[in-house]
Amino acid sequence: MVHHAKVGHPGGDLSAADVLVTLYLAVMRLRPTEPGWPERDRFVMSKGHCSASFYATLAEARFIPKDWLGTFMDPLSKLNGHPDKNKVPGVEANTGALGHGLPIAVGCALAARMQGASWRTFVLTGDGELQEGSNWEAAMTAANYDLDNLVLIVDRNRIQQGDFTEKTIRMDPLPEKWQAFGWKVVEVDGHDYDALQRVLAGAPLEPGKPTCVIANTVKGRGVSFMENQPSWHHGVPTDAQLAAAREELLGSGQ
Amino acid sequence: MSAEVMVKAGLFDCRDAFAATLEAMAAEDPRIAVVVNDSVNSTKTKNFRARFPERFVNVGIAEQNMVGVGTGLANGGMIPFVCGASCFLTARAMEQVKVDLGYGRNNVKLCGMSSGMAYGELGATHHSIEDLAWTRAIPNLTVIVPVDPIETRAALRWARDFDGPVFVRLSRLPVPELLAADYVFQPGRVVTMREGTDVTVIANGVMVVRALEAAEKLAQQGISARVLNASSMAPFDREAVVRAAKETRGIVTVEEASIYGGLGGAVAEILALEHPARMKILGVPGVFAPTGSAEFLLEHFGLTANGIETAAKELLSGMAMG
Repeated sequence: MVHHAKVGHPGGDLSAADVLVTLYLAVMRLRPTEPGWPERDRFVMSKGHCSASFYATLAEARFIPKDWLGTFMDPLSKLNGHPDKNKVPGVEANTGALGHGLPIAVGCALAARMQGASWRTFVLTGDGELQEGSNWEAAMTAANYDLDNLVLIVDRNRIQQGDFTEKTIRMDPLPEKWQAFGWKVVEVDGHDYDALQRVLAGAPLEPGKPTCVIANTVKGRGVSFMENQPSWHHGVPTDAQLAAAREELLGSGQ
Repeated sequence: MSAEVMVKAGLFDCRDAFAATLEAMAAEDPRIAVVVNDSVNSTKTKNFRARFPERFVNVGIAEQNMVGVGTGLANGGMIPFVCGASCFLTARAMEQVKVDLGYGRNNVKLCGMSSGMAYGELGATHHSIEDLAWTRAIPNLTVIVPVDPIETRAALRWARDFDGPVFVRLSRLPVPELLAADYVFQPGRVVTMREGTDVTVIANGVMVVRALEAAEKLAQQGISARVLNASSMAPFDREAVVRAAKETRGIVTVEEASIYGGLGGAVAEILALEHPARMKILGVPGVFAPTGSAEFLLEHFGLTANGIETAAKELLSGMAMG
């Protein structure tokens, strides 16, 4: 998709992909044929720049037709570089400006609480994204209101647009920060489906507390020349790189 | 009834009508919720909190989060009224207003309290004179500046029934009841407060009563002034502006806001494209206000009945000389 559009964020797409797949195919209560089903679990894709893997997941989960994916970022496509809920079924919030998703997810969780509803709210942020202060405003609200129906997943790939997070603005110790804000924190391998499913399906992990899942991931996961390279935050593979990446991700036999 | 008589009949803080209407709507509709930024006193929502604690969210001093939380509540099927001082609500959370509300078309009602220069001597940090320019530029966002307690009630009820984002810009400066008790708010329509044939004064919010007083002074001098209440800032009533330009000899706009991008800007954009006409724009002329009470500052910037009267006469005499 990124190769087709000649623009995109493949590094973060690949670090987040396993979390997205686990949520949509194994954890959340959804009705793809009725995207607005009031009792659905909510997912807010706060790192909206990783729309390619998000759209691919929505297609896999049958919210959108797979042939939409070939129009990614084409003129007048429904698939904008950052997701628009008014164009794409299954998208809960217009994101792309960082630091918007967690406050929205807190509102979703409060709405469920007010209505006595059992659906849960999941939100995925980047790690560099947590530099936006609005996240910490929302973190305080979630803990203050004991929102144990809220699950935050941090895509901890340790790289942001310009450099490694720890060389930009130090994020560590990240688990301790969330604990101090009143959240139940768990770290998982963000590429281990079983571990992700266990944690995400099992939340809340402590009654009365919102859950923060720090998913330790590898930016550019699965493509050797992209892995852990800040330059692949943005980046468009050449034809040869695309072929090599397909080979690595899908295997020569497939 | 003259403006003077109406003023004598009583002056009201529109926040009282605001708070009472929120409570009445919440009693009727379980989807109504309130979100505040520690502004329980200044938004007069203490009683709401006491009556509907489970639907009252205080996020603390955190405006970006406040608007985001409102967006999530709307996603979950609630109708959130997100309330805070207009200066902080709009400026601090403008990206959330743009993206979460306008772009996302979420059903959130922003209530900007004590707008304009109502906070007077607290200074420019607390004045909200840019909010009209900022919010008017955001697609899908309806912007309403109620003129009195009756329009405050009507606008809130309309906002509840409308599925989309709304910004209601309220003041705390006392105003008389100017509209009929059965008034119904209509977006994109001005309210004709007084007919007139020589000059048109287009005002909104706390400036309308001053415009009506000016019209009475002008009438005593043989000048017939039409007064329009432009409470619906977005969408805007283009037809009424063009009609005023055709039927009267000039237009004076008056707002408790910057002269850049607000009511004067909206009217000038329409006139320039559809029916060029003489106009004057009264407001805060691109400066931060000096220290002084709200009344002092309105006087300082000529935002008074006298100021409007003078501007109208200058406009007409300039044409005669012209």
